[in-house]
Amino acid sequence: MQDKILRLLSENARWSDQDLAKRLNISKKTVKKIIKNLEDKNIIYGYKAIVNEAVFAENEVKAIIEVRITPRRNEGYDKIAERIGKFPEVTSLYLVSGGYDLQLIVEGKNLHEIASFVSGKLALIEGVISTTTHFLLKKYKEFGKILHDSDEYEKLKVTP
Amino acid sequence: MKNLKLPHKQLIADHIAGLPRSGIRDFFELVIGMEEVISLGVGEPDFATPWHIREATIYSLEKGHTSYTSNLGLLSLRKEICRYLRKEYQLNYIPEKECIITVGVSEALDLILRAIINPGDEIIYHEPCYVSYGPEIIMAGGKPVPLVTQEKNAFSLNPDQLAGLITSKTKAILLNFPCNPTGALLSPGQLKKIAAIAMAHDLLVITDEIYSELVYDDEIFSIASLPGMKERTIFLHGFSKAFAMTGYRIGYACGPAELIEAMMKIHQYSMLCASIIAQEAAIEALKNGAAEKEKMRRKYGERRDFIVDQLNEMGMKCLKPKGAFYVFPNISAFGLSSKEFATRLLKEKNVALVPGTAFGACGEGYVRCAYAASMENIIEAMDRIKVFLVNL
Repeated sequence: MQDKILRLLSENARWSDQDLAKRLNISKKTVKKIIKNLEDKNIIYGYKAIVNEAVFAENEVKAIIEVRITPRRNEGYDKIAERIGKFPEVTSLYLVSGGYDLQLIVEGKNLHEIASFVSGKLALIEGVISTTTHFLLKKYKEFGKILHDSDEYEKLKVTP
Repeated sequence: MKNLKLPHKQLIADHIAGLPRSGIRDFFELVIGMEEVISLGVGEPDFATPWHIREATIYSLEKGHTSYTSNLGLLSLRKEICRYLRKEYQLNYIPEKECIITVGVSEALDLILRAIINPGDEIIYHEPCYVSYGPEIIMAGGKPVPLVTQEKNAFSLNPDQLAGLITSKTKAILLNFPCNPTGALLSPGQLKKIAAIAMAHDLLVITDEIYSELVYDDEIFSIASLPGMKERTIFLHGFSKAFAMTGYRIGYACGPAELIEAMMKIHQYSMLCASIIAQEAAIEALKNGAAEKEKMRRKYGERRDFIVDQLNEMGMKCLKPKGAFYVFPNISAFGLSSKEFATRLLKEKNVALVPGTAFGACGEGYVRCAYAASMENIIEAMDRIKVFLVNL
Protein backbone atom coordinates (compact mmCIF):
# COMPACT_ATOMS: atom_id res chain seq x y z
CA MET A 1 0.00 0.00 0.00
CA GLN A 2 2.92 2.28 0.84
CA ASP A 3 4.36 1.68 -2.64
CA LYS A 4 1.02 2.38 -4.29
CA ILE A 5 0.68 5.69 -2.48
CA LEU A 6 4.25 6.65 -3.36
CA ARG A 7 3.69 5.86 -7.01
CA LEU A 8 0.48 7.88 -7.17
CA LEU A 9 1.98 10.86 -5.34
CA SER A 10 5.11 10.89 -7.45
CA GLU A 11 2.87 11.14 -10.52
CA ASN A 12 0.69 13.81 -9.00
CA ALA A 13 1.32 15.20 -5.52
CA ARG A 14 -2.03 16.99 -5.54
CA TRP A 15 -4.11 13.89 -5.01
CA SER A 16 -5.89 14.62 -1.75
CA ASP A 17 -6.07 12.09 1.09
CA GLN A 18 -9.70 11.67 0.07
CA ASP A 19 -8.79 10.90 -3.56
CA LEU A 20 -6.14 8.42 -2.52
CA ALA A 21 -8.48 6.72 -0.10
CA LYS A 22 -11.08 6.40 -2.84
CA ARG A 23 -8.62 5.09 -5.42
CA LEU A 24 -7.04 2.54 -3.11
CA ASN A 25 -10.22 1.63 -1.30
CA ILE A 26 -8.80 2.29 2.17
CA SER A 27 -9.83 4.81 4.81
CA LYS A 28 -8.71 8.42 4.77
CA LYS A 29 -7.22 7.86 8.18
CA THR A 30 -5.00 5.07 6.89
CA VAL A 31 -3.83 7.27 4.02
CA LYS A 32 -2.93 10.04 6.44
CA LYS A 33 -1.04 7.61 8.66
CA ILE A 34 0.95 6.11 5.81
CA ILE A 35 1.89 9.51 4.38
CA LYS A 36 2.88 10.85 7.78
CA ASN A 37 5.12 7.82 8.23
CA LEU A 38 6.67 8.31 4.78
CA GLU A 39 7.36 11.95 5.58
CA ASP A 40 8.83 11.16 8.99
CA LYS A 41 11.15 8.58 7.47
CA ASN A 42 12.27 11.06 4.81
CA ILE A 43 11.00 8.78 2.07
CA ILE A 44 8.93 11.74 0.93
CA TYR A 45 11.20 14.80 1.08
CA GLY A 46 8.65 17.36 0.03
CA TYR A 47 6.13 18.39 -2.61
CA LYS A 48 6.51 20.93 -5.38
CA ALA A 49 4.83 21.89 -8.60
CA ILE A 50 6.56 21.64 -11.97
CA VAL A 51 6.23 25.25 -13.04
CA ASN A 52 6.80 26.93 -16.35
CA GLU A 53 9.48 29.21 -14.99
CA ALA A 54 9.03 31.75 -17.74
CA VAL A 55 6.37 33.28 -15.50
CA PHE A 56 8.86 34.14 -12.79
CA ALA A 57 10.68 37.45 -13.03
CA GLU A 58 13.48 36.25 -10.81
CA ASN A 59 15.71 33.17 -10.95
CA GLU A 60 15.56 33.31 -14.67
CA VAL A 61 18.97 31.87 -15.40
CA LYS A 62 20.00 28.32 -14.78
CA ALA A 63 23.39 26.73 -15.28
CA ILE A 64 24.79 23.26 -15.01
CA ILE A 65 28.28 23.42 -13.56
CA GLU A 66 30.84 20.65 -13.72
CA VAL A 67 33.35 20.77 -10.90
CA ARG A 68 36.55 18.80 -10.48
CA ILE A 69 37.75 18.52 -6.91
CA THR A 70 40.55 16.86 -4.93
CA PRO A 71 39.05 14.41 -2.48
CA ARG A 72 40.47 14.61 1.04
CA ARG A 73 41.84 11.78 3.12
CA ASN A 74 39.16 10.30 5.43
CA GLU A 75 36.50 12.60 4.04
CA GLY A 76 36.45 11.71 0.36
CA TYR A 77 34.22 14.06 -1.59
CA ASP A 78 31.58 14.52 1.06
CA LYS A 79 32.92 17.46 3.04
CA ILE A 80 33.54 19.63 -0.03
CA ALA A 81 30.21 18.62 -1.51
CA GLU A 82 28.36 19.46 1.67
CA ARG A 83 30.06 22.81 1.73
CA ILE A 84 29.10 23.61 -1.84
CA GLY A 85 25.58 22.38 -1.23
CA LYS A 86 25.02 24.97 1.49
CA PHE A 87 24.96 27.83 -1.04
CA PRO A 88 21.31 28.66 -1.76
CA GLU A 89 22.18 29.28 -5.42
CA VAL A 90 22.84 25.55 -5.76
CA THR A 91 19.51 23.81 -6.30
CA SER A 92 20.86 20.31 -7.04
CA LEU A 93 24.20 18.69 -6.44
CA TYR A 94 25.39 15.26 -7.54
CA LEU A 95 28.61 13.25 -7.36
CA VAL A 96 29.07 11.64 -10.77
CA SER A 97 31.44 9.28 -12.52
CA GLY A 98 33.40 10.34 -15.60
CA GLY A 99 35.51 13.34 -16.49
CA TYR A 100 34.53 15.47 -13.51
CA ASP A 101 33.34 14.88 -9.97
CA LEU A 102 30.43 17.10 -8.97
CA GLN A 103 27.54 18.30 -11.05
CA LEU A 104 25.68 21.34 -9.77
CA ILE A 105 22.54 23.01 -10.95
CA VAL A 106 22.69 26.68 -10.08
CA GLU A 107 20.00 29.35 -10.33
CA GLY A 108 20.39 33.10 -10.49
CA LYS A 109 18.55 36.24 -11.50
CA ASN A 110 20.89 36.86 -14.40
CA LEU A 111 24.13 35.79 -16.05
CA HIS A 112 26.12 38.14 -13.89
CA GLU A 113 24.88 36.64 -10.66
CA ILE A 114 25.87 33.14 -11.71
CA ALA A 115 29.23 34.33 -12.98
CA SER A 116 29.98 35.99 -9.67
CA PHE A 117 28.91 32.88 -7.75
CA VAL A 118 31.33 30.80 -9.79
CA SER A 119 34.29 33.15 -9.71
CA GLY A 120 33.66 34.66 -6.31
CA LYS A 121 32.64 31.63 -4.31
CA LEU A 122 32.76 28.26 -5.98
CA ALA A 123 36.17 28.45 -7.62
CA LEU A 124 37.74 29.72 -4.39
CA ILE A 125 36.74 26.77 -2.25
CA GLU A 126 39.75 24.79 -1.15
CA GLY A 127 39.96 21.54 -3.07
CA VAL A 128 38.14 22.80 -6.17
CA ILE A 129 40.45 22.26 -9.15
CA SER A 130 38.33 23.55 -12.00
CA THR A 131 34.78 24.51 -13.01
CA THR A 132 32.97 24.40 -16.35
CA THR A 133 29.72 26.33 -16.60
CA HIS A 134 26.95 25.42 -19.07
CA PHE A 135 24.09 27.88 -19.23
CA LEU A 136 20.71 26.27 -19.75
CA LEU A 137 19.15 27.37 -23.03
CA LYS A 138 15.89 25.47 -23.30
CA LYS A 139 14.02 22.80 -21.39
CA TYR A 140 12.47 19.92 -23.26
CA LYS A 141 11.67 17.55 -20.43
CA GLU A 142 11.82 17.84 -16.68
CA PHE A 143 10.89 15.38 -13.93
CA GLY A 144 9.44 12.99 -16.46
CA LYS A 145 7.22 15.67 -18.02
CA ILE A 146 7.62 16.58 -21.66
CA LEU A 147 7.38 20.33 -21.72
CA HIS A 148 6.35 21.20 -25.24
CA ASP A 149 2.70 21.05 -26.25
CA SER A 150 1.63 17.73 -27.64
CA ASP A 151 -0.49 17.79 -30.76
CA GLU A 152 -4.15 17.07 -30.34
CA TYR A 153 -5.70 15.04 -33.09
CA GLU A 154 -9.09 13.77 -34.02
CA LYS A 155 -9.49 10.84 -31.70
CA LEU A 156 -12.84 9.06 -31.61
CA LYS A 157 -15.01 9.42 -28.51
CA VAL A 158 -16.91 6.17 -28.96
CA THR A 159 -15.58 3.01 -30.60
CA PRO A 160 -16.52 -0.68 -30.47
CA MET B 1 -35.38 8.76 -73.35
CA LYS B 2 -35.20 6.71 -70.18
CA ASN B 3 -34.15 8.39 -66.98
CA LEU B 4 -30.57 7.21 -66.43
CA LYS B 5 -30.32 8.23 -62.80
CA LEU B 6 -29.09 5.17 -60.93
CA PRO B 7 -31.27 4.00 -58.07
CA HIS B 8 -28.30 3.67 -55.74
CA LYS B 9 -30.18 1.94 -52.98
CA GLN B 10 -31.31 -0.79 -55.32
CA LEU B 11 -27.73 -1.45 -56.36
CA ILE B 12 -26.83 -2.68 -52.90
CA ALA B 13 -26.69 -6.45 -52.52
CA ASP B 14 -29.54 -7.90 -50.47
CA HIS B 15 -27.38 -9.46 -47.78
CA ILE B 16 -25.63 -6.12 -47.20
CA ALA B 17 -28.79 -4.03 -47.30
CA GLY B 18 -30.22 -6.37 -44.70
CA LEU B 19 -27.32 -5.92 -42.26
CA PRO B 20 -28.24 -3.87 -39.22
CA ARG B 21 -26.30 -0.67 -38.57
CA SER B 22 -23.93 -0.97 -35.67
CA GLY B 23 -25.57 0.33 -32.50
CA ILE B 24 -22.32 2.05 -31.66
CA ARG B 25 -22.48 4.09 -34.83
CA ASP B 26 -25.87 5.55 -33.90
CA PHE B 27 -24.53 6.55 -30.57
CA PHE B 28 -21.30 7.85 -32.01
CA GLU B 29 -23.24 10.29 -34.14
CA LEU B 30 -24.87 11.76 -31.04
CA VAL B 31 -21.47 12.39 -29.50
CA ILE B 32 -20.02 14.13 -32.56
CA GLY B 33 -20.04 17.86 -32.12
CA MET B 34 -20.56 17.76 -28.36
CA GLU B 35 -17.96 19.62 -26.35
CA GLU B 36 -16.41 18.60 -23.06
CA VAL B 37 -17.52 15.01 -23.27
CA ILE B 38 -15.86 12.64 -20.85
CA SER B 39 -15.80 9.36 -22.64
CA LEU B 40 -15.81 5.91 -21.14
CA GLY B 41 -17.05 4.74 -24.52
CA VAL B 42 -13.78 4.06 -26.26
CA GLY B 43 -12.69 0.51 -26.91
CA GLU B 44 -9.03 1.33 -27.21
CA PRO B 45 -6.19 2.25 -24.87
CA ASP B 46 -5.94 5.89 -23.84
CA PHE B 47 -2.16 5.49 -24.02
CA ALA B 48 -0.30 6.41 -27.17
CA THR B 49 1.79 3.54 -28.54
CA PRO B 50 4.94 3.21 -26.38
CA TRP B 51 7.63 5.52 -27.70
CA HIS B 52 10.18 2.80 -28.47
CA ILE B 53 7.67 1.27 -30.89
CA ARG B 54 6.86 4.61 -32.51
CA GLU B 55 10.58 5.34 -32.75
CA ALA B 56 11.20 1.97 -34.44
CA THR B 57 8.39 2.82 -36.89
CA ILE B 58 10.09 6.05 -37.83
CA TYR B 59 13.43 4.27 -38.20
CA SER B 60 11.96 1.70 -40.55
CA LEU B 61 10.53 4.51 -42.69
CA GLU B 62 13.90 6.27 -42.70
CA LYS B 63 15.56 3.11 -43.96
CA GLY B 64 13.04 3.09 -46.78
CA HIS B 65 11.29 -0.12 -45.80
CA THR B 66 8.10 0.72 -47.66
CA SER B 67 7.54 -2.29 -49.91
CA TYR B 68 5.05 -5.14 -49.98
CA THR B 69 5.88 -8.15 -47.85
CA SER B 70 5.15 -11.80 -48.46
CA ASN B 71 1.43 -12.54 -48.33
CA LEU B 72 1.82 -14.32 -45.02
CA GLY B 73 3.77 -11.36 -43.64
CA LEU B 74 7.43 -10.85 -42.74
CA LEU B 75 8.95 -14.16 -41.69
CA SER B 76 10.93 -12.36 -38.99
CA LEU B 77 7.66 -11.16 -37.46
CA ARG B 78 6.05 -14.59 -37.71
CA LYS B 79 9.09 -16.06 -35.95
CA GLU B 80 8.83 -13.48 -33.17
CA ILE B 81 5.12 -14.19 -32.79
CA CYS B 82 5.65 -17.95 -32.56
CA ARG B 83 8.41 -17.43 -30.00
CA TYR B 84 6.11 -15.16 -27.99
CA LEU B 85 3.21 -17.62 -28.12
CA ARG B 86 5.47 -20.47 -27.06
CA LYS B 87 6.73 -18.53 -24.07
CA GLU B 88 3.54 -16.81 -22.90
CA TYR B 89 0.77 -19.15 -24.11
CA GLN B 90 2.45 -22.58 -24.29
CA LEU B 91 1.43 -22.74 -27.94
CA ASN B 92 3.70 -24.21 -30.61
CA TYR B 93 3.20 -22.97 -34.15
CA ILE B 94 5.51 -23.21 -37.12
CA PRO B 95 6.20 -19.68 -38.40
CA GLU B 96 6.60 -20.78 -42.02
CA LYS B 97 3.12 -22.26 -42.45
CA GLU B 98 0.96 -21.97 -39.34
CA CYS B 99 0.88 -18.18 -38.96
CA ILE B 100 -0.47 -15.32 -41.08
CA ILE B 101 -0.16 -11.59 -40.42
CA THR B 102 -3.39 -9.66 -40.99
CA VAL B 103 -4.79 -6.15 -40.85
CA GLY B 104 -5.96 -6.44 -37.26
CA VAL B 105 -7.91 -9.32 -35.75
CA SER B 106 -10.93 -8.02 -37.66
CA GLU B 107 -9.42 -9.12 -40.95
CA ALA B 108 -8.18 -12.40 -39.49
CA LEU B 109 -11.71 -13.22 -38.33
CA ASP B 110 -13.15 -12.28 -41.71
CA LEU B 111 -10.60 -14.53 -43.43
CA ILE B 112 -11.26 -17.62 -41.36
CA LEU B 113 -15.04 -17.22 -41.65
CA ARG B 114 -14.87 -16.82 -45.41
CA ALA B 115 -12.41 -19.70 -45.62
CA ILE B 116 -14.66 -22.23 -43.87
CA ILE B 117 -18.27 -21.20 -44.41
CA ASN B 118 -20.41 -22.81 -47.06
CA PRO B 119 -23.79 -21.12 -47.53
CA GLY B 120 -26.00 -21.94 -44.56
CA ASP B 121 -23.24 -23.20 -42.25
CA GLU B 122 -23.82 -22.20 -38.67
CA ILE B 123 -21.34 -20.48 -36.39
CA ILE B 124 -22.09 -20.34 -32.67
CA TYR B 125 -20.86 -17.27 -30.80
CA HIS B 126 -21.68 -15.76 -27.43
CA GLU B 127 -23.61 -12.53 -26.85
CA PRO B 128 -23.22 -9.79 -25.66
CA CYS B 129 -20.17 -9.60 -27.87
CA TYR B 130 -18.05 -7.42 -30.07
CA VAL B 131 -20.24 -5.72 -32.67
CA SER B 132 -18.81 -7.38 -35.75
CA TYR B 133 -19.25 -11.09 -35.03
CA GLY B 134 -22.83 -11.52 -36.23
CA PRO B 135 -22.45 -9.32 -39.34
CA GLU B 136 -19.13 -10.93 -40.29
CA ILE B 137 -20.71 -14.37 -40.21
CA ILE B 138 -23.59 -13.12 -42.38
CA MET B 139 -21.24 -11.45 -44.85
CA ALA B 140 -19.37 -14.74 -45.18
CA GLY B 141 -22.67 -16.46 -46.06
CA GLY B 142 -23.12 -18.22 -42.75
CA LYS B 143 -25.84 -18.27 -40.15
CA PRO B 144 -24.97 -16.63 -36.84
CA VAL B 145 -26.19 -18.61 -33.84
CA PRO B 146 -25.89 -16.48 -30.71
CA LEU B 147 -25.56 -18.06 -27.30
CA VAL B 148 -26.69 -15.70 -24.57
CA THR B 149 -24.31 -15.36 -21.63
CA GLN B 150 -25.73 -14.13 -18.36
CA GLU B 151 -24.67 -12.01 -15.45
CA LYS B 152 -25.68 -14.75 -12.99
CA ASN B 153 -23.02 -17.00 -14.56
CA ALA B 154 -20.47 -14.16 -14.63
CA PHE B 155 -21.11 -13.97 -18.39
CA SER B 156 -19.28 -17.24 -18.89
CA LEU B 157 -20.28 -19.75 -21.50
CA ASN B 158 -22.54 -22.50 -20.24
CA PRO B 159 -21.44 -25.84 -21.82
CA ASP B 160 -24.93 -27.38 -21.71
CA GLN B 161 -26.37 -24.38 -23.48
CA LEU B 162 -23.61 -24.67 -26.06
CA ALA B 163 -24.27 -28.37 -26.65
CA GLY B 164 -27.96 -27.56 -27.09
CA LEU B 165 -27.28 -25.19 -29.98
CA ILE B 166 -25.21 -27.61 -32.04
CA THR B 167 -26.88 -28.93 -35.21
CA SER B 168 -25.67 -30.86 -38.24
CA LYS B 169 -24.93 -27.46 -39.83
CA THR B 170 -22.69 -26.19 -37.03
CA LYS B 171 -19.17 -25.62 -38.25
CA ALA B 172 -17.42 -23.62 -35.59
CA ILE B 173 -17.62 -22.00 -32.19
CA LEU B 174 -16.35 -18.45 -31.93
CA LEU B 175 -14.99 -17.47 -28.53
CA ASN B 176 -13.84 -14.11 -27.19
CA PHE B 177 -12.44 -14.32 -23.67
CA PRO B 178 -11.47 -11.99 -22.05
CA CYS B 179 -14.69 -10.63 -23.46
CA ASN B 180 -15.59 -7.25 -24.89
CA PRO B 181 -17.97 -5.93 -23.46
CA THR B 182 -18.43 -8.07 -20.33
CA GLY B 183 -14.82 -8.50 -19.16
CA ALA B 184 -15.58 -12.19 -18.56
CA LEU B 185 -12.89 -14.85 -18.66
CA LEU B 186 -13.21 -18.63 -18.75
CA SER B 187 -11.20 -20.78 -16.35
CA PRO B 188 -9.05 -23.61 -17.74
CA GLY B 189 -11.67 -26.00 -16.36
CA GLN B 190 -14.48 -24.26 -18.26
CA LEU B 191 -12.38 -24.22 -21.42
CA LYS B 192 -11.78 -27.96 -21.06
CA LYS B 193 -15.54 -28.55 -21.12
CA ILE B 194 -15.93 -26.50 -24.28
CA ALA B 195 -12.97 -28.30 -25.85
CA ALA B 196 -14.60 -31.66 -25.06
CA ILE B 197 -17.80 -30.53 -26.80
CA ALA B 198 -15.88 -29.28 -29.82
CA MET B 199 -14.07 -32.61 -30.11
CA ALA B 200 -17.21 -34.68 -29.58
CA HIS B 201 -19.01 -32.82 -32.40
CA ASP B 202 -15.93 -32.36 -34.56
CA LEU B 203 -16.15 -28.56 -34.57
CA LEU B 204 -13.57 -25.89 -35.21
CA VAL B 205 -12.93 -23.35 -32.44
CA ILE B 206 -12.12 -19.78 -33.41
CA THR B 207 -10.72 -17.96 -30.43
CA ASP B 208 -10.32 -14.18 -30.52
CA GLU B 209 -7.80 -13.53 -27.75
CA ILE B 210 -7.07 -9.88 -28.47
CA TYR B 211 -7.43 -9.02 -24.76
CA SER B 212 -5.54 -12.06 -23.46
CA GLU B 213 -2.61 -10.18 -21.90
CA LEU B 214 -5.01 -7.89 -20.06
CA VAL B 215 -5.96 -10.25 -17.25
CA TYR B 216 -5.65 -9.08 -13.67
CA ASP B 217 -5.87 -12.02 -11.29
CA ASP B 218 -5.35 -14.98 -13.62
CA GLU B 219 -2.67 -16.47 -15.81
CA ILE B 220 -2.87 -16.33 -19.58
CA PHE B 221 -4.44 -19.57 -20.78
CA SER B 222 -5.62 -20.40 -24.30
CA ILE B 223 -8.05 -23.12 -25.30
CA ALA B 224 -5.63 -23.89 -28.14
CA SER B 225 -3.09 -25.18 -25.61
CA LEU B 226 -5.37 -27.99 -24.40
CA PRO B 227 -4.49 -31.52 -25.64
CA GLY B 228 -6.01 -32.20 -29.03
CA MET B 229 -7.16 -28.61 -29.55
CA LYS B 230 -4.32 -27.14 -31.60
CA GLU B 231 -5.52 -29.15 -34.61
CA ARG B 232 -9.04 -27.70 -34.37
CA THR B 233 -8.40 -24.17 -33.20
CA ILE B 234 -7.74 -20.93 -35.02
CA PHE B 235 -6.03 -18.60 -32.60
CA LEU B 236 -6.57 -14.89 -33.36
CA HIS B 237 -4.52 -12.20 -31.77
CA GLY B 238 -2.95 -8.83 -32.45
CA PHE B 239 -1.16 -5.82 -31.09
CA SER B 240 -3.97 -3.30 -30.68
CA LYS B 241 -4.85 -3.65 -27.04
CA ALA B 242 -1.87 -4.93 -25.02
CA PHE B 243 0.64 -2.81 -26.95
CA ALA B 244 -1.72 0.14 -27.54
CA MET B 245 -1.32 -0.11 -31.33
CA THR B 246 -4.93 0.11 -32.55
CA GLY B 247 -4.17 2.52 -35.38
CA TYR B 248 -1.40 0.32 -36.76
CA ARG B 249 -4.05 -2.25 -37.71
CA ILE B 250 -1.89 -5.29 -37.13
CA GLY B 251 -3.00 -8.75 -36.06
CA TYR B 252 -2.44 -12.40 -36.83
CA ALA B 253 -3.94 -15.86 -36.96
CA CYS B 254 -2.27 -19.14 -36.04
CA GLY B 255 -3.65 -22.59 -36.73
CA PRO B 256 -3.47 -25.72 -38.86
CA ALA B 257 -1.42 -25.15 -42.02
CA GLU B 258 -4.23 -25.99 -44.44
CA LEU B 259 -6.58 -23.47 -42.86
CA ILE B 260 -3.89 -20.80 -42.81
CA GLU B 261 -3.24 -21.55 -46.48
CA ALA B 262 -6.95 -21.08 -47.27
CA MET B 263 -7.01 -17.80 -45.35
CA MET B 264 -3.90 -16.71 -47.19
CA LYS B 265 -5.65 -17.21 -50.54
CA ILE B 266 -8.37 -14.72 -49.63
CA HIS B 267 -5.90 -12.35 -48.01
CA GLN B 268 -3.62 -12.38 -51.05
CA TYR B 269 -6.40 -11.47 -53.46
CA SER B 270 -8.14 -8.92 -51.26
CA MET B 271 -5.49 -7.35 -49.03
CA LEU B 272 -2.18 -8.59 -50.44
CA CYS B 273 -0.35 -8.04 -47.17
CA ALA B 274 -0.46 -6.03 -43.97
CA SER B 275 1.47 -2.77 -44.00
CA ILE B 276 5.20 -3.40 -43.66
CA ILE B 277 5.48 -0.34 -41.44
CA ALA B 278 3.09 -1.87 -38.94
CA GLN B 279 4.79 -5.25 -39.26
CA GLU B 280 8.19 -3.83 -38.37
CA ALA B 281 6.67 -1.94 -35.46
CA ALA B 282 5.14 -5.21 -34.26
CA ILE B 283 8.56 -6.88 -34.24
CA GLU B 284 9.84 -4.10 -31.97
CA ALA B 285 6.79 -4.50 -29.71
CA LEU B 286 7.47 -8.21 -29.23
CA LYS B 287 11.21 -7.84 -28.80
CA ASN B 288 11.29 -4.92 -26.37
CA GLY B 289 7.74 -4.14 -25.33
CA ALA B 290 7.28 -6.31 -22.23
CA ALA B 291 7.98 -3.61 -19.66
CA GLU B 292 5.67 -0.98 -21.16
CA LYS B 293 2.97 -3.57 -21.69
CA GLU B 294 3.15 -4.57 -18.04
CA LYS B 295 3.05 -0.93 -16.95
CA MET B 296 -0.15 -0.33 -18.90
CA ARG B 297 -1.71 -3.54 -17.61
CA ARG B 298 -1.01 -2.47 -14.05
CA LYS B 299 -2.65 0.89 -14.70
CA TYR B 300 -5.77 -0.75 -16.11
CA GLY B 301 -5.84 -2.99 -13.05
CA GLU B 302 -5.82 -0.01 -10.68
CA ARG B 303 -8.56 1.69 -12.67
CA ARG B 304 -10.63 -1.48 -12.71
CA ASP B 305 -10.54 -1.79 -8.93
CA PHE B 306 -11.56 1.84 -8.59
CA ILE B 307 -14.37 1.92 -11.13
CA VAL B 308 -15.91 -1.36 -9.90
CA ASP B 309 -16.05 -0.08 -6.32
CA GLN B 310 -17.50 3.24 -7.41
CA LEU B 311 -20.19 1.79 -9.67
CA ASN B 312 -21.33 -0.76 -7.12
CA GLU B 313 -21.43 1.89 -4.43
CA MET B 314 -23.78 4.06 -6.48
CA GLY B 315 -26.05 1.14 -7.30
CA MET B 316 -24.81 0.32 -10.81
CA LYS B 317 -24.31 -3.30 -9.89
CA CYS B 318 -21.37 -4.86 -11.74
CA LEU B 319 -19.11 -7.88 -11.54
CA LYS B 320 -15.39 -7.38 -11.21
CA PRO B 321 -14.17 -8.01 -14.76
CA LYS B 322 -11.36 -10.54 -14.99
CA GLY B 323 -9.92 -9.22 -18.20
CA ALA B 324 -10.01 -6.64 -21.02
CA PHE B 325 -10.76 -3.05 -19.98
CA TYR B 326 -14.53 -2.98 -19.71
CA VAL B 327 -17.11 -3.18 -16.95
CA PHE B 328 -20.68 -4.06 -17.80
CA PRO B 329 -22.90 -2.69 -15.03
CA ASN B 330 -26.54 -3.64 -14.67
CA ILE B 331 -28.73 -0.55 -14.89
CA SER B 332 -32.13 -2.21 -14.94
CA ALA B 333 -32.93 -0.89 -11.44
CA PHE B 334 -33.14 2.67 -12.78
CA GLY B 335 -36.18 2.10 -14.97
CA LEU B 336 -34.58 3.26 -18.22
CA SER B 337 -33.62 1.24 -21.27
CA SER B 338 -29.89 0.99 -22.00
CA LYS B 339 -30.24 3.43 -24.83
CA GLU B 340 -32.28 5.93 -22.81
CA PHE B 341 -29.83 5.67 -19.95
CA ALA B 342 -26.78 6.27 -22.15
CA THR B 343 -28.46 9.02 -24.16
CA ARG B 344 -29.68 10.92 -21.11
CA LEU B 345 -26.34 10.58 -19.36
CA LEU B 346 -24.64 11.97 -22.44
CA LYS B 347 -27.06 14.86 -22.89
CA GLU B 348 -27.42 15.77 -19.22
CA LYS B 349 -23.94 15.11 -17.88
CA ASN B 350 -21.73 14.86 -20.98
CA VAL B 351 -20.52 11.38 -20.11
CA ALA B 352 -20.36 8.85 -22.93
CA LEU B 353 -20.94 5.15 -22.24
CA VAL B 354 -22.12 2.57 -24.74
CA PRO B 355 -25.63 1.06 -24.38
CA GLY B 356 -25.44 -2.69 -23.81
CA THR B 357 -27.75 -3.33 -26.76
CA ALA B 358 -24.94 -2.32 -29.12
CA PHE B 359 -23.47 -5.73 -28.26
CA GLY B 360 -26.61 -7.76 -28.87
CA ALA B 361 -30.24 -7.61 -27.82
CA CYS B 362 -29.40 -9.44 -24.58
CA GLY B 363 -27.30 -6.41 -23.59
CA GLU B 364 -30.54 -4.63 -22.68
CA GLY B 365 -30.38 -3.51 -19.07
CA TYR B 366 -26.61 -2.97 -19.20
CA VAL B 367 -24.13 -0.32 -20.30
CA ARG B 368 -20.46 -0.73 -21.13
CA CYS B 369 -17.92 1.52 -19.44
CA ALA B 370 -14.37 1.30 -20.70
CA TYR B 371 -11.70 1.99 -18.14
CA ALA B 372 -9.11 2.63 -20.81
CA ALA B 373 -9.38 6.29 -19.83
CA SER B 374 -7.21 8.38 -17.55
CA MET B 375 -7.86 8.10 -13.82
CA GLU B 376 -8.71 11.81 -13.75
CA ASN B 377 -11.40 11.25 -16.38
CA ILE B 378 -12.73 8.17 -14.65
CA ILE B 379 -13.03 10.04 -11.35
CA GLU B 380 -14.79 12.94 -13.03
CA ALA B 381 -17.12 10.58 -14.89
CA MET B 382 -17.99 8.75 -11.66
CA ASP B 383 -18.79 12.04 -9.93
CA ARG B 384 -21.05 13.09 -12.80
CA ILE B 385 -22.80 9.71 -12.95
CA LYS B 386 -23.46 9.90 -9.22
CA VAL B 387 -25.23 13.23 -9.64
CA PHE B 388 -27.10 11.90 -12.67
CA LEU B 389 -28.43 8.91 -10.74
CA VAL B 390 -29.53 11.01 -7.78
CA ASN B 391 -31.57 13.23 -10.08
CA LEU B 392 -33.18 10.42 -12.06
